[in-house]
Amino acid sequence: MSRAAMREDKSHLLDDKDRALINAYQGGFPLSERPYAEVGEKLGLSEEDVIARIGRMLDEKILTRFGPLYNAERLGGGLTLAAMKLPEEKFDEIAEQVNAFPEVAHNYAREHELNMWFVLATETPDGIAETCKRIEEATGYKVYNMPKEEEFFVELMFEA
Amino acid sequence: MDDIDRKIVLATQSGLPLSAEPYKTVGEEVGIAPQEVIERMARMLEDGAIRRIGLVPNHYALGYAFNGMTVWNVDDMKVRELGPKVGALDCVTHCYLRPRHLPEWPYNFFAMVHGKNRETAEKGIEEIAQVLGDHNKGNLVLFSSRILKKTGMRLGV
Repeated sequence: MSRAAMREDKSHLLDDKDRALINAYQGGFPLSERPYAEVGEKLGLSEEDVIARIGRMLDEKILTRFGPLYNAERLGGGLTLAAMKLPEEKFDEIAEQVNAFPEVAHNYAREHELNMWFVLATETPDGIAETCKRIEEATGYKVYNMPKEEEFFVELMFEA
Repeated sequence: MDDIDRKIVLATQSGLPLSAEPYKTVGEEVGIAPQEVIERMARMLEDGAIRRIGLVPNHYALGYAFNGMTVWNVDDMKVRELGPKVGALDCVTHCYLRPRHLPEWPYNFFAMVHGKNRETAEKGIEEIAQVLGDHNKGNLVLFSSRILKKTGMRLGV
């Protein structure tokens, strides 16, 4: 998918029921035998319709994911935010190299001298330093590791 | 986390099946009953291994065009006290204390601000500045110019 498509405002593709689904279920999706039926009952939709809408919004990239959001650290893994300072002419090439690491969960281009910012999630806490080192070796550029020392608030809820 | 939990993570980390009985589908893959999948996931949700279960929107697609990572150089003595106050602002979705990289990176406090237009985002940044007051020794806003990757975390298979 092109980068432009990723950033496009697609809210015109949403109807009221889609919005209701997004606004009600960024968390709290039921852990029950027939969760889609349960959601449908709350929103006045059939089970099939709930499944079809979620599938369609995933296809349209309105949703990036659907399901459980795991906390890497609680699973015994490592997590960090890291940044790199890259020359513009090398940026795309190195972005590709960095994205090829499965440990890179998200990666954003940002407007600063440190112009690439990514989240690393690894299976063990030690994996972070090791992955930073491998990225430095693969690209030839320094990785600025900025692991969180404290988290004050994490509640990602967007209104559709 | 035992081996079965790990298998559940592997089976669901890229998404929950879009079938009428998704936990049954997961259970078939892992080799356990649907009820056990549900119980184990409920436990992981309770102890924080699962942050939440649901729809994860691409905020750009919802019209949130202004997504700024605001970074602040906040007095070390005050940052733990002020952090939760910034986190409580409506415009802030998450905020963290992180290490500085001196001299080029003096910022130790990160707050993500999202807005559907520039004015909302800028108003949010002003609210943060007010909360931090004189304890803010300098700040920057790094708007994201592109998403390069967004897959979420993956355990190796």
